[in-house]
Amino acid sequence: MLRPSHFTAVVLFALCASVVFGITMRETPRRMVRYGAYCFVLFVGAAIVLSWVMFLIAR
Amino acid sequence: MATPQIRTGASPRNPSKPGFVYLPLIAGWLVPGAGHFLLGKWGRGALLAVSIIGMFALGIGMNGKLYANAHEILDLLGLVGDLGNGLLYFASRALSLGADQVQVTTGDYGTRFIVVAGLLNVIAAVDAHNIRTGRKPA
Repeated sequence: MLRPSHFTAVVLFALCASVVFGITMRETPRRMVRYGAYCFVLFVGAAIVLSWVMFLIAR
Repeated sequence: MATPQIRTGASPRNPSKPGFVYLPLIAGWLVPGAGHFLLGKWGRGALLAVSIIGMFALGIGMNGKLYANAHEILDLLGLVGDLGNGLLYFASRALSLGADQVQVTTGDYGTRFIVVAGLLNVIAAVDAHNIRTGRKPA
């Protein structure tokens, strides 16, 4: 059974979802890549920021 | 007098092709990426297939739960998401893959991976349909 860490799971999830979002939401290959990268950064960035927020709230 | 061109949802930019217009939609739902393969979009189809099948496989590998029934409303939503995986879902059910109950943390992740893979597959299938009808440029 796979047991990825929290962060690895976030990165895998963001990678797969970003590829699909990039291909389906934009029309040209260049814009697909840019939008996919944008989504990936937002997914991972949001997870990191929210993790810190929850950590600070829990203290 | 020139009439303004209004883009309606179904107006094709490319000439209409013969054949069943919903075929890429159905094929894309049953097999991730197949809708794009039918339209000759090999690169896009391969990337979609790898992403969606990979996400589903990761979910199964993490011992995620495959929803089999819908006794509660949240189970119903999970079942709808799982059904988006098409043949992957039915094959996994037939092979008894996935967990019946989530018992570990990664199993909870896996359950979400499987549901989201199904939802992404629906988005990809609709995208193939939009390319077929001309709503989206090929």
